[in-house]
Amino acid sequence: MHLELRESTPWWLSFCAPILAIIGSMLLASMFIIWAGASVIEAFKMIGIGAFGSTFAVSETFSRAIPLMLTGLAAAIAFRAQFYNIGAEGQLYCGALVATVVGTGMFDLPAAVMIPFLFACGALAGAMALLLPWYLKTKLSVDEVVTTLLLNFVILLLVSFALEGPMRDPMSMGWPQTAPIIDEGILPALIPRTRLHAGLYFAVAMAVVLWLLLRYSVFGFKVKAMGLNAQAARHAGIPPKKTLFWVAMISGALAGTAGVSEVAGLKGYLTLDLSPGFGYTGIAVAMLANLHPLGIILSAIFLAGISVGADSMGRALGIPSYIADIMVASAVLSVLIGLMFTRYRVRRS
Amino acid sequence: MDILEILLSASFWAATIRIACPLIFATLGELICERAGVLNLGIEGIMTAGAMSGWLWVYNGGDLYGAVLFAASIGALFGLLHASFTVSLGLSQHVTGIGITLLASSMSYYIIKMLLPESTSPPKIVSFQNIDIDGLSNLPFFGPALFSHTPLTYMAFLVVPIIMYLLYRTPWGLAVRIAGENPVALEAQGINVVLVRTLAVMTGSALMAVGGAYLTISAFDAFYFGMINGRGWICVALVIFASWRPGKALLGALLFAGLDAFQVRMQQQIGAYIPYQFFLMLPYVLSIVAMIIVARRAEYPKALLKPYRRGERL
Repeated sequence: MHLELRESTPWWLSFCAPILAIIGSMLLASMFIIWAGASVIEAFKMIGIGAFGSTFAVSETFSRAIPLMLTGLAAAIAFRAQFYNIGAEGQLYCGALVATVVGTGMFDLPAAVMIPFLFACGALAGAMALLLPWYLKTKLSVDEVVTTLLLNFVILLLVSFALEGPMRDPMSMGWPQTAPIIDEGILPALIPRTRLHAGLYFAVAMAVVLWLLLRYSVFGFKVKAMGLNAQAARHAGIPPKKTLFWVAMISGALAGTAGVSEVAGLKGYLTLDLSPGFGYTGIAVAMLANLHPLGIILSAIFLAGISVGADSMGRALGIPSYIADIMVASAVLSVLIGLMFTRYRVRRS
Repeated sequence: MDILEILLSASFWAATIRIACPLIFATLGELICERAGVLNLGIEGIMTAGAMSGWLWVYNGGDLYGAVLFAASIGALFGLLHASFTVSLGLSQHVTGIGITLLASSMSYYIIKMLLPESTSPPKIVSFQNIDIDGLSNLPFFGPALFSHTPLTYMAFLVVPIIMYLLYRTPWGLAVRIAGENPVALEAQGINVVLVRTLAVMTGSALMAVGGAYLTISAFDAFYFGMINGRGWICVALVIFASWRPGKALLGALLFAGLDAFQVRMQQQIGAYIPYQFFLMLPYVLSIVAMIIVARRAEYPKALLKPYRRGERL
């Protein structure tokens, strides 16, 4: 048996990859659920109820999906251009940090100006965090995977320093957290008495904008060409460094806004546990959607549902909530196999 | 004066060696994978799995050498998973690696939480104890600095010449190196590229897992959440710094560990003036600097990141 490149992909086959991924992750998770001595059907039912079973559950799932959409989009545009930005976690914290600096009283603006201002500052901060990896990759050909990964740790320590030093809220009784974002900067709630906030509109809008940009603009064409064959793209007159620069800036900016939306929408202030690995899960979100911006809306909701559902299932059945991470990881791996079948077919030799 | 005092203390050199060991194992592991043409970003998770499984073996009453073997075989299993994706199927090495890191670490944490649901302080095990080498350990300065370490520490330094011998002096090593430079030529010699790469990734992953296990059964005596803390990524940087050579990898790991041991001691002396976070940043910043230093003359294995499919042109 061997693999043979397909000349074209039937339309229905592209839906098989995410479905295969979901089946794969559920199979592996069931083994761990059985080992924990719980009923598999019961467990998955409780994940479903915990994620989508009530207005409150849905609001929790959607508010969890907001940062995942943004980090997923950040991964998607970078991966499309073969620029492996694994540093969305750090860029998210950069965005959150700068939004907190300017949002806790430095400027006193009306909400209509304040909120866009916070997002702009956070986006700029996230983009700046990718400037060094971009420079090192294009000028010195230092691998961007390792630099972005290592910068995550540097940035987290920087935030930790800010929280314990210059930015600690004097009213926080010694906790390492910042002063709250002023009222004008807080994103409005979408459903009263839930944590779902207007960041959802922003994330969905960003997905649509990115889709339009990649699908219909010259820049989108350049990104696609770079991703398919960087050498050929260069021969065709596409400037690789300049294209990668804008890819990096957009990717970092998207991750930065994820941090802003968490600080200004969900928490109201910055702590060191703002993100339970949204940057890394964003890669899974992007892969599950085959790097398609509109698909990312769905895959972010799906993976958010798994983690929110697994939390409540875990509490009820005594299963560690790490089961959600296991499902996310196995979804990433199985989607790779699914995507392979969209490009190759198996032939008997 | 203070700096000289640190450099002349035996405890500084002993700490350097202790910090270097997990890096030596894991850097060599990554080096073998990359020499065969496969970037293994599963390293961070495989080290976590190694740390967990080594600890688990001893916690369940197994002996310490058995724990090393158990961790190595768990590592090899994850290596097999990595290779089936990246070698047999030729899928993205970046995404597979990140996926395996997520999978291996979340599985390790799940298992720990299952076994110890309520525990707040992780239970301790009896780890490897320091062995004094007769005659040498009594030497002033050199004794405590170099010859009073755990068996696994001595093993780390033994593994380096073994890997060098295997890689440069045996047909196996030659096959691995050609698999990473010119797999088509290897196939032309009638050698199965997929098999060579798969075995290389499994061996490399086994070494990474032993590096992780070193932390739980030799350096410390318990498993902590997040205890690998980026060491795997640092090892990926060290491989580049070492230009894919085992001897230089040893040197790089020692240099790195020395700087790390040094910053801990400086922290005690001038920590009052500089916040501790900036000391903790040093290992990651240094890794980036190390890559920048060698960037201009880095000689990547030519077929690194390139999947090999029989009959398909590279």
